[in-house]
Amino acid sequence: MATLDKDSELRIGVFVCDCGLNIAGAVDCGAVCEYAETLDDVVCVVRNKYTCADPGQNEIKHAVREHRLNRVVVASCTPRQHEPTFRQCVLEAGLNPYLMEMANLREHCSWVHPGDWDGATAKAKDLVASAVGRARFLEEQVEMAVPVTRRALVIGGGVAGIEAALELAEQGHQVTLVEKQASIGGIMAQLDKTYPTMDCSI
Amino acid sequence: MTIRRKARYVDLHLCNSCGDCANVCPVTAPDEYQMGLSSRKAVYIPFPQAVPCSYILDMDTCLGNNPIACGKCADVCEKQAIDFDDADELVTREVGAIIVAIGLDVYDPTEMDEYGYTRFDDVITSMEFERLICAGGPTMGHFVRPSDQQRPKRIGFIQCVGSRNPKIGRPYCSNICCMNTIKDTLLLADHYPDTENFVFYQDIRAFGKGFEDMFQRSKEAGTRYIRGLPGDIEEDPETGALIVTVENTTSGRLERHELDMVVLSVGVVPAKDRDKIAGLLTLSKTSDGFFMETHPKLKPVDAPTRGVYFAGFCESPKDIKDSVCQAGAASSRAGALLNAGEIKIEAITSVIDPEACSMCGLCASVCPYGAITWHKKEVATVIEAACAGCGACGATCTFGAITMRHFTDDQLLGQVRAILAEQPEEKVFVFACNWCSYAGGDMAGISRIRYPSTNRVVRTMCSARVSEEMVLEAFRCGAPVVLVSGCHYADCHYIDANRQTVKRVQKLWDKLEKAGVRPERLQLEWISAAEGQKFAKVMQQMEDKRKLVTPDEIAHAREALKPKKKKARPAKKEPAAVTEATA
Repeated sequence: MATLDKDSELRIGVFVCDCGLNIAGAVDCGAVCEYAETLDDVVCVVRNKYTCADPGQNEIKHAVREHRLNRVVVASCTPRQHEPTFRQCVLEAGLNPYLMEMANLREHCSWVHPGDWDGATAKAKDLVASAVGRARFLEEQVEMAVPVTRRALVIGGGVAGIEAALELAEQGHQVTLVEKQASIGGIMAQLDKTYPTMDCSI
Repeated sequence: MTIRRKARYVDLHLCNSCGDCANVCPVTAPDEYQMGLSSRKAVYIPFPQAVPCSYILDMDTCLGNNPIACGKCADVCEKQAIDFDDADELVTREVGAIIVAIGLDVYDPTEMDEYGYTRFDDVITSMEFERLICAGGPTMGHFVRPSDQQRPKRIGFIQCVGSRNPKIGRPYCSNICCMNTIKDTLLLADHYPDTENFVFYQDIRAFGKGFEDMFQRSKEAGTRYIRGLPGDIEEDPETGALIVTVENTTSGRLERHELDMVVLSVGVVPAKDRDKIAGLLTLSKTSDGFFMETHPKLKPVDAPTRGVYFAGFCESPKDIKDSVCQAGAASSRAGALLNAGEIKIEAITSVIDPEACSMCGLCASVCPYGAITWHKKEVATVIEAACAGCGACGATCTFGAITMRHFTDDQLLGQVRAILAEQPEEKVFVFACNWCSYAGGDMAGISRIRYPSTNRVVRTMCSARVSEEMVLEAFRCGAPVVLVSGCHYADCHYIDANRQTVKRVQKLWDKLEKAGVRPERLQLEWISAAEGQKFAKVMQQMEDKRKLVTPDEIAHAREALKPKKKKARPAKKEPAAVTEATA
């Protein structure tokens, strides 16, 4: 993986996603792109129909190589959904995944401000500026791998807990099932017949 | 995980469930399994098919082993399985994944006095119905009414008792009660074709596979479905009949039904222990009290805490089939994690620059994980594997000695300055924590709840990461109002890191006041991941507050909050050097 030269200039790429009409229906994505081009250190701006789809990701990878980008800003949806997607994408393009930043133009903007074209577009520009402002200071990071203890705990011995414990055991894992009552079975054990099959609960 | 194995006072392995002990036990207590409709002994087996299939001694009711008092069970037990000296035991298990399946509690309708549960013997709950109709129940399945042990001929079911009722704080649908009642009517029709069954409902929700068919069969079997919930139940003092008055909203007529028995189709409520479990595993809950998943559609069984998954009712009301499905999903998710053997931890941990550290130890005192070691006159050090990355230490350190990887001061201040570079007076500046408030904003988005477009959100992992400097910088850049938002006080994703948020905001309020800046311009709110509605409401409130801030006030704050020139400290002077040294 290419490492950052501390003295090298910042080269930020901004990728603005239409998300079909999810974003482009409420935000002037063209204007956001034009605005992004005016920001310091931004050397490349690309508008995608769906950035998370393969063509969109390929455009990121292509631009990283073409423009020697060392920071990527994806202006699309919430990082809580697609941050792993785009981290993987920039990794495949040869960048450290922590050099990617997202601007949430969908959950935090287009979806909550439909009909407020100017307001939503102004906000989207600010969110992109904010992400670029942060991206300037992003640094490469190395993730730590931690071993996982191959044993599971299931809290609750009702039908859900019993089923989950059995499934895990079938997968070959050791399972500890904890139940606060003297017997497992939970509330289901108190039922007579159960719908929709009218068979016994126990 | 440390688990308390409760004392059973009967050796599991020796007990052969012969029942000799219970035969001689002189104590009787209400049988919980039979909903208190019959009694059990102090030494008892919870129910015949119990697992483990062993007796248990209830020490709250047992007379004890004093030979004068009792001890009969121990005398009669040939296996000598009774052990009065048994004690609780603490068991420690190291685990890599946890499935939370703590289930539900059944709504207690006593508070809805209009239906007279506990006042009238023949008003029962649907759980009591289960025991009365069950061959293994207290009446061996002979369905009789509690008041006179006679078979009721006219039975009414009242739906939505404890569900879809905002007046009692239970606005949600309990999911299972409609179908459960339909099943009950079919059971009655099967066992006693001559009973007349009435169901009082507001909507029948029969949406699952085979459900509508059951509903139709129930109607064909003669069950009368009356759309309308009775206002109250009265008892005829002479006949003992229950009088139910209801407005039939289909016909528009007021109806009066004389019934022998009324079954309250009670809803379900989140398990009592949920807060304890939520605290232990740092889980958040919806306003209804059910556990909140990472994403309502795409991560429906994952808890926000990695390695924790949900199965069954504790996540939301659901029936047996859905519980089984979700248990399968949860175990599959947990299995994938366990099979991987290792997990990558996000590189969001704190790094201390020994050069800049003033050895004050403040960082160690605010770390919720004890991940910072510090001794007097020594430089503090971070145990990286224990650091969860809240950033409370970084925001607390006034010497610029702590860098939060991937959420550095430079990165966050860069966002503040970029957002407020132009027309700051038109913006509501918001800091939101990743796990709750930011996710609450996402929830507002997913739910398409509109709010003013003036807000600008900067995400931090925890609200405790928001330093004084960041808030002050926002005001210096001309922000009219600033909101710091995080998880609800007891639900902090980082144990209790947001206590530091409170302290810091209080300190900032004092500071603002002294500088002649209205403290109301800085707000603190707790918004959970499930509270999209609240997120939108808070943004509207912030917008209302923003409009009250005058240009003069903004200009004054810009000046008044300018950093005072302090004696230059090397760390302060060159924050960039710190970043480089630790990168």
